[in-house]
Amino acid sequence: MDELKREIILENFQNPYNKEEVKSEDYKLVNTRNPNCIDNIDLYIKIEDNIIKDIKFNGEACAISTSSTSIMIKNLIGKSIEDAKRYIQNFYNMCDELEYDEDLLNEGIAFQDIYKQSNRKNCALLPYRGILKALEDYEN
Amino acid sequence: MYREDFPMLKQDIIYLDNGATSLKPQCVIDKMVDYYENYSANAHRGDYDISFKVDLEYENTRELVRDFINAKRKEEIVFTSGATDSINLIVNGFFANLLERGDEIILTKTEHASNIMPWFRVAGNTGAIIKYIPLDENSFVTLDNLKSVVTPNTKVISIAHITNVVGDVRPIKEIIKFAHENNIFVVVDGAQSVPHMSIDVTDLDIDFLFFSAHKMLGPTGVGILYAKYELMNNIEPINLGGGMNESFDSTEKMILKEIPTRLEAGTPNIAGVIGFSEAIKYLQKVGMDNIEKREKELRNYLIEKLLTIPHIDILNLESDSGIVAFNVEGIFSEDVSYYLNKYNVCVRAGNHCAKLTKDVFGIANSLRVSLYFYNTESEIDSLVELLKNKDKIMKEML
Ligand SMILES: Cc1ncc(COP(=O)(O)O)c(C=O)c1O
Repeated sequence: MDELKREIILENFQNPYNKEEVKSEDYKLVNTRNPNCIDNIDLYIKIEDNIIKDIKFNGEACAISTSSTSIMIKNLIGKSIEDAKRYIQNFYNMCDELEYDEDLLNEGIAFQDIYKQSNRKNCALLPYRGILKALEDYEN
Repeated sequence: MYREDFPMLKQDIIYLDNGATSLKPQCVIDKMVDYYENYSANAHRGDYDISFKVDLEYENTRELVRDFINAKRKEEIVFTSGATDSINLIVNGFFANLLERGDEIILTKTEHASNIMPWFRVAGNTGAIIKYIPLDENSFVTLDNLKSVVTPNTKVISIAHITNVVGDVRPIKEIIKFAHENNIFVVVDGAQSVPHMSIDVTDLDIDFLFFSAHKMLGPTGVGILYAKYELMNNIEPINLGGGMNESFDSTEKMILKEIPTRLEAGTPNIAGVIGFSEAIKYLQKVGMDNIEKREKELRNYLIEKLLTIPHIDILNLESDSGIVAFNVEGIFSEDVSYYLNKYNVCVRAGNHCAKLTKDVFGIANSLRVSLYFYNTESEIDSLVELLKNKDKIMKEML
């Protein structure tokens, strides 16, 4: 992994964005975990009028999952559900070696090469699986 | 010393995950290949030479196991598919019929999933109650703490002899003596102890013991269930079918064979059981006391070295087995194992199937090194060298 990407991941691991437990009723809680490893993350999501107002997270997870969650949150706050889904799909595409738009990703680009480590791809995607579930729940 | 006997050790790896499974010596592999190449018939049924040989070899392993744990009779040894299969048979074939509403089952929070989940279900089905022995400040079991939870309703205590995360050796002899004075059955999970020390079921007066061949140089897919004769005779078979019946007819009457065959329905893992005989012989040749002693030396060596690294927290300093659990401060255990893997060092990260342990340690995840007699000081040196530099771990774990 090149130096810049490693730095982005480490920075988000050591100083994760919005990592705190939330008790407020305004937030919906979704838990996301990988069956084959021990990553276990709670996402707290506040959506109002189809806009993601805030996301926080808590839990125990490896450097890849933690930083991926931190970066995802930074990118999704303020987005409409539709834009959020676009961001998420684009991130999935990158991990699945499909066509994707680099310019949309911001710090998410740090996981550009994660597909080469198949066991860690699931770590990077962990928060995305959780948020998708939350968005689905919101829409239904 | 013994390393040349293990084909896996010819690879450039440092294998420190023996608690998960052990490596196999060539003689075990050869024994299984010999079966498949030279007398590959079914057991218990043949009227021809090679099938007769299968029976002889299969029963020979049973005799070796009997001798290895010093059981009184061969009928006290049943082959299963693994430790997990054995405990499920004990719980569902024996205790499910015995337990009643309000009876108490005593466990600890550091048990492996296999020695917890079957009990959860039987408790749910019978109305029995699960209680946990409070653990001391080292997460150990003491006789006094056991006494504090025993009541006249206590029917069974089911605990590991050595736990797979904390690695503490439980005082099972005292526990069993106390339990029997109070008419309580004791089930011992020997998965982490039988491979590493000499166990005498007669001297310890164990009621039920279970363990896996694959953690003691043997093949995967073979487990052992030991029960005292009269208890074994009261285990109701969970699996019915070929091999275990004497006759059945259209009135739906079934006559079953005697133990142990009654509890071994279907074609067993013949190659595995036969291969296991060589594992036992190998362990006996090395000597269980020598194995225990050697692992203590290795453990002390590892602990001494780890203690010199300030960013390493050892979680089970006071334990007395070849299992060492630790964390690198500020780094998630799986990231460390991922880093070590880059150097072909195999250690386990995670909660090690003991998910209640977090209630005890306050820590859900850790790295676990589990040693066997074929490990060496120089392997430990390599591990320690890799753990010394935290910046290097941080840099290379991604
Ligand atoms: C203490 C303990 N009990 C039971 C088991 C289950 O053994 P198996 O997976 O071979 O059935 C293990 C294996 O990890 C163990 O460590």
